[in-house]
Formats: sequence, C-alpha cells, structure tokens
Amino acid sequence: MPEAIFFYSVAAVAIISAILVISCKNPINSALSLVMAFFCLAVFYVMLNAPFLAVVQVMIYAGAIMVLIIFVIMLLNIQVETGKRSTHGIIIGGVIGLVILCETGYLISTGAISAGRGLMDQALITKVGHTELIGKALFGDFLLPFEITSLLLLAAVIGAVVLARKKA
Amino acid sequence: MPALHDYLIVAAILFAIGAVGVLTRRNAIVIFMSIELMLNAVNLTFVAFSRYLGNIDGQIFVLFVMTVAACEAAVGLALMIAFYKNRESIDVEKMNLLKW
Repeated sequence: MPEAIFFYSVAAVAIISAILVISCKNPINSALSLVMAFFCLAVFYVMLNAPFLAVVQVMIYAGAIMVLIIFVIMLLNIQVETGKRSTHGIIIGGVIGLVILCETGYLISTGAISAGRGLMDQALITKVGHTELIGKALFGDFLLPFEITSLLLLAAVIGAVVLARKKA
Repeated sequence: MPALHDYLIVAAILFAIGAVGVLTRRNAIVIFMSIELMLNAVNLTFVAFSRYLGNIDGQIFVLFVMTVAACEAAVGLALMIAFYKNRESIDVEKMNLLKW
C-alpha cells in the first residue's frame, strides 16, 4: 500500500509539472518544470527495476538536453512575449489532445497483451545487475543498431555546426 | 506494486499533454520541450512493458530513443538560432515562407 501511495504522488507531480510545461508564459519556467517531470520519470524507472535507465534519464535528459535548451533560451534572450495562438487554434488543439487521451485510454482498458514473456525478472536483475544486462544486450543482439547510432550522432553534430555558423 | 495499466495511463496523460502543448503554443522552444515530453511518455511505456513482460529489448529501445532525442535537440536548437538570426523571433507563426 505505501508503494501505491508513493506511485500516485509521483504521478501527480509528473502530470502537474507536465501541465506547467505547456502553460507557463516564461520558457525558463517551462524548462524547470520539464526537469521536474524528467526526475519523476526517473523515479518511475527505479520503481520498474531499471536503475541504469533512471541514471541515464537524469544525466542525459535532465543534464545534457535541458542545459542545451536553457542555454539557447538565455542566448536568444527572448524579450518579446510570443503570444498564444488564436482561440480556435487552442480549442482544436485541446480537442485533439482529448481525442488522443480517449483513444489511448480505450485501448489500454480493452486491449490484451499478447507477447512472449522473457527471462528478465527481479531475481535476475538483483543477481546479475541491470547495467550488465543492458550492456550484454546492447553489445550482443543490438550491436549493429548501436553502431548506426554513432553515424546518427555524427550527422547531428555536423548538421548543428553547419546550421548555427555565421553566414560565409 | 502498481499494475502495468497505471504506468500506461500516466504515460498516455503525459503524451496527451505534450500533444496539446505542440498544438497550442507559438514559442518554438516550448513546442520543442513538449516534443521531449511526448518522447519521455513513450519511453515510460517501453520500460513498463519491458518490466512486465520480462524482456529487456524495450529498455534498449529507450536508449535509442534518448540518442535520437539528443540529436534532435542539437539540430533543432541550431535551427532555432538560425531562424532567430533571420527573423529576430522564434514565433512559429512567423515561419511562413513555405505557406500558401
């Protein structure tokens, strides 16, 4: 029972900070709320027996990506408040969000999970360690996608440098 | 411990909030952050299924999603800086060169 109370309080914090992300006027406040949401997701990963992913979540999302976003917000120093969209735009956006929520809720409540169960359980994670399990899968079955990821990162670095440089 | 459905419902709510943010805001950086929120909701779904099916493949996929999100952050923010240099604003309604 304490675990359920903990889960619901973390879920409430995650949802409230997600709402703050899209409702704050100042982008800096949105960014800080997003960091809070990322931390809540890291807590969920710990509760789901994925401690390595929780650490990666905090380091990459709450660390690297958010620093980059906040750096750009401060670099651009947006003085002029970009206004809200027109009213019908907000209404249409809200309706589409509601439709997405209803669809996913319907699928979650009626769908059945049909997939092969694997071998990973809490005993194995405690015995072998989550990081080792991830590493063995990443450098075993998923070696080729892992290598392709390096090409993606290279392309992203080159693209970012080319896009942000001064005009020649 | 919380059931799989609880995690899926939280992820669905986060995804819907992110989608509303993308559709209703005009600040490009806030739209960008909403996209990150949607990616994170999907990650939560992946990890929850991975835990409850006892299969680690979903968690590997989360690592790939994070890589793509990092690339997207680098390229997207570079695009925003380039756009700001041209228009002195990051309002998406002013990105209208390809509109008709």
